[in-house]
Amino acid sequence: MHELSIAQSLIELVSDHAAREGALRVRAVHLRLGELSGFRRALYFCFDAVSRGTSCEGAELAIEDVPLTVHCARCDAVKTPRARYNFRCPTCGMPTPKVVTGREMQITAIELDFGEPRPTEAPEAGAGEVLPSRVDCPVDCPAD
Amino acid sequence: MLRIEQDILSKNDAYAAGNRARLADRGILALNLVSSPGAGKTTLLTATVIRLRGRTPVAVIEGDQETANDAERIRETGAPAVQINTGRGCHLDAHMVGHALDQLDLTAGGVLFIENVGNLVCPAAFDLGERHKVAILSVTEGEDKPIKYPDMFAASGLMVLNKVDLLPYVDFDVDACVEYARRVNPDIEVLRLSARTGEGMDAWIAWIAAAQGG
Repeated sequence: MHELSIAQSLIELVSDHAAREGALRVRAVHLRLGELSGFRRALYFCFDAVSRGTSCEGAELAIEDVPLTVHCARCDAVKTPRARYNFRCPTCGMPTPKVVTGREMQITAIELDFGEPRPTEAPEAGAGEVLPSRVDCPVDCPAD
Repeated sequence: MLRIEQDILSKNDAYAAGNRARLADRGILALNLVSSPGAGKTTLLTATVIRLRGRTPVAVIEGDQETANDAERIRETGAPAVQINTGRGCHLDAHMVGHALDQLDLTAGGVLFIENVGNLVCPAAFDLGERHKVAILSVTEGEDKPIKYPDMFAASGLMVLNKVDLLPYVDFDVDACVEYARRVNPDIEVLRLSARTGEGMDAWIAWIAAAQGG
């Protein structure tokens, strides 16, 4: 299934970043998924299967959903179509092929686990514990 | 938290960009043919290759799970063809296509046809470096295919309605099909033809020539 390929790409990219940062494992992956990406439901199933044995195994997924919006040339405005694949302006009916938002399939951020906590660090998460989203990074991250 | 802001398919996109640059460098038009299994991609290609003989150089990349049958059929018409077998894979990706390009002697100014794995779902997500996706739909399928598989038709620049010689024998509403396609992709062009009888093939060849010029 192509969702497996997409999950594989995701895990490869995230694992590469984690390895570059010297992290032992990935605690959470933050994604931005547009309504048209069609990936949301399959993701949970594929991510588990494909992440097994990688530094992403067990990572939490945090998804930011992006709704579909299109630009209507006649109204000169950004609109929300009435249905997912009916590319017409809900106001004037003009065809609206120009998608403004909704096609996103992006990794926005990752939370990393560097293993041994230093004395000044917050306690390491136990298995299954969900960490707050703002985690002080114990090493100097390159500014992105 | 480490901010990344990277497309999930950025690796495939990078390979696709590489393919695109390579093809542009040689002035080659690349078309990615997609459809359900059995819509007539290979038959359309063999008929097309024969018509383009002596007019423009042609090369073909074939994608199937198994066998080299399709590449063989193309080679019999005299065009070079490389077969990619995806095994369990359901779509071609840009990395595979890059390797196939290495095996082809690409003549400048020609056309490269990439026949994707027969599948109206998965190939939609994967840029191969083509100029256009061409969705082939046969009149023996349902006329509502474009709204049932909107991703693919939204991603295609052209819909080819194939096997029109069979219209008298099937309940296929051509106008409804075209309306459905334009609903999911207002910019899609539509051609009607029969690869077997030759009806409508001139317009398809003209469309290719126009795409080459553009």
